Amino acid sequence: MPLREDSSVPEQLVFAMEVTLNGLMAGVLYALVALGFVLIYKASGIFNYAQGVMALFAAMTLVGIMNGQVPFAHLINAIFGGHVTHFGWTVPSFVAIVLTIGVMVLLAWMVQHFVMRHLVGQEPIILFMATIGLAYLLEGVADLMWGSEIKTLDVGLPQGINLWIDETTFQIFDYGFFIDNLDIVATIIAALLVAGLVAFAQYTKQGRAMRAVADDHQAALSVGISLSFIWVLVWSVAGFVALVAGIMWGTKSGVQFSLSLIALKALPVLMLGGFTSIPGAIVGGLIIGVGEKLFEFLIGPMVGGATENWFAYVLALLFLVFRPQGLFGEKIIERV
Amino acid sequence: MFYREAGDYKVSYQQDSQTFPIKFDRYRYFLVMAVAFLVVPFFVNDYWANAILLPFLIYSIAAIGLNILVGYCGQVSLGTGGFMAVGAYACYKLMTAFPEVSMFVHVLLSGGITALVCVAFGLPSLRIKGFYLAVATLAAQFFLVWLFNRVPWFYNYSASGQINAPERDVFGVIVTGPNAPAWATYLFSLIFLTVCAIVARNLTRGTVGRSWMAIRDMDIAAEIIGVNPLKAKLSAFGVSGFFIGISGALFFAVYLGAVEVGEAFGITKSFLVLFMVIIGGLGSIFGSFAGAAFLVLLPVVLKVVGVDLLGWPTDIVAHFQLVIVGALIIVFLIAEPHGIAQLWRVAKEKLRLWPFPH
Repeated sequence: MPLREDSSVPEQLVFAMEVTLNGLMAGVLYALVALGFVLIYKASGIFNYAQGVMALFAAMTLVGIMNGQVPFAHLINAIFGGHVTHFGWTVPSFVAIVLTIGVMVLLAWMVQHFVMRHLVGQEPIILFMATIGLAYLLEGVADLMWGSEIKTLDVGLPQGINLWIDETTFQIFDYGFFIDNLDIVATIIAALLVAGLVAFAQYTKQGRAMRAVADDHQAALSVGISLSFIWVLVWSVAGFVALVAGIMWGTKSGVQFSLSLIALKALPVLMLGGFTSIPGAIVGGLIIGVGEKLFEFLIGPMVGGATENWFAYVLALLFLVFRPQGLFGEKIIERV
Repeated sequence: MFYREAGDYKVSYQQDSQTFPIKFDRYRYFLVMAVAFLVVPFFVNDYWANAILLPFLIYSIAAIGLNILVGYCGQVSLGTGGFMAVGAYACYKLMTAFPEVSMFVHVLLSGGITALVCVAFGLPSLRIKGFYLAVATLAAQFFLVWLFNRVPWFYNYSASGQINAPERDVFGVIVTGPNAPAWATYLFSLIFLTVCAIVARNLTRGTVGRSWMAIRDMDIAAEIIGVNPLKAKLSAFGVSGFFIGISGALFFAVYLGAVEVGEAFGITKSFLVLFMVIIGGLGSIFGSFAGAAFLVLLPVVLKVVGVDLLGWPTDIVAHFQLVIVGALIIVFLIAEPHGIAQLWRVAKEKLRLWPFPH
């Protein structure tokens, strides 16, 4: 809504406040992706580059199941001829989500069984590169399974401008803030997810085992915790987080390849927050979200815009020079 | 049978420290050089040059550069695309500002400029390491691409935002622009690759290379035995940047001719070169060649097999390419972390004894 002439608050400030709020919402989504990274990193010391592609894969699988697409339809048609595309049914979103979780668990088992099991004890950087390979593999498989065109995802989340906030802020500032309903829902879901994860890690048997593994692999093994089970569990949980992130981003901007690039955005978030801290991922996400939106708003027009592409990385880079372990990370201790 | 050192007596220190100590290897090397310089230029046509030879030569230079940084010095960089863009844009600015100067000078100067930029972005490596550094180099990647996209001075205020290579020559032979003959572009790139490979090979087995490897294996221990980490790390970034800049300049000026920065030098390029280094073999010059050849040939072979022989749609073949590249990375990391270069070494050992088992 337009700004009235006799406004009491300077308009730049009001705009900045709106930008900040939107930045916070975007930050929540970054934090959601970053959360998946932290989980796997804490439990297995693997920096999972494929997290973003897992989100893409989950979202594509969800859309595919909901629309009743035949997996690998293009491939089947190319090899055997024929024109199969759809089974001819649609699946309600709740059932589809449950099925997708099943697929992600299967994926977690496959990753553990075929890839990570063979790489135990390798240097972290080798594991990191393996997950880059995994990202390519998953992206190719996702495209082969469901086709690479942009898909719309609608699981019934509310979308569009939140009228209540618009009204309220208009009363206070004479200027209605534009906040997407979806962002608000995302924030609530992210909060629930974090609370759920914390509760899971603190109060369940598997959660305790997970923390034990994160603490010390060998000690955990010696008290009878199955490492491979815990790793499958962790990858499954990360797959679930990826699914949630995929649903949010997919509803927001369509299910397409650029979804996997948010993984790259999550990297500076992690570096700010520290690789090992769940609160760090959230605070880092918020800082990056607000920072890049504000920077684009204040400095962007002076230097030609589109600063969102690099601001997060440069911020993280500068930050790391002063505090290499991030805000909440464990202090890096090196022994020779 | 092959690769025997028997009867190959070294009678001077010079002979003892030559690059290829085994006679068979040496002859093979001379043969490859002779074929590359004296035979191929007479047979090369536009298709071969543009589809296979030029990308192979240029990516090899980039892979050697990145291998020095990642394989020899252990500093993982995901900013290769951005640094190649620096080389390309430096070359473009030099080509348009000094049209009468030889292309050789331009390419070398753009390598030098890239080296400086690379050193600047390498400074954080003194504080952070591992994949923290990898993410820090992502800052270089995104920032540089953004810079070349948004600051019109870099693309001479052209309306499209693209840069186009004007026609430039070396001793009267045109090597850039659409009218350059295939053999000239091929030879021009080949000369750079040869020089780069020889320089890199000799750097890595000298003092500098040893200090890089010491830093890679354990930086604190290296520091204690007297390797200066500042000098070692920054020199690795500088040398690596020089090679990557040369490859970026050639990629733009000789191979593509017209470049849109986000498309040609995006993050995918960084990963592509990194994959070449991993598949080829970390810490091996031969591995850089092997990796570059492998990843240049793979799409061509897949296209020939998938599209032309099996008649599949191109998009399915493109997806398969992703799957195969991803799977290969994983397989190589699991089965042979030292890449094709290690396979080659093993094959050599086998050939040495063949046909006898012991």
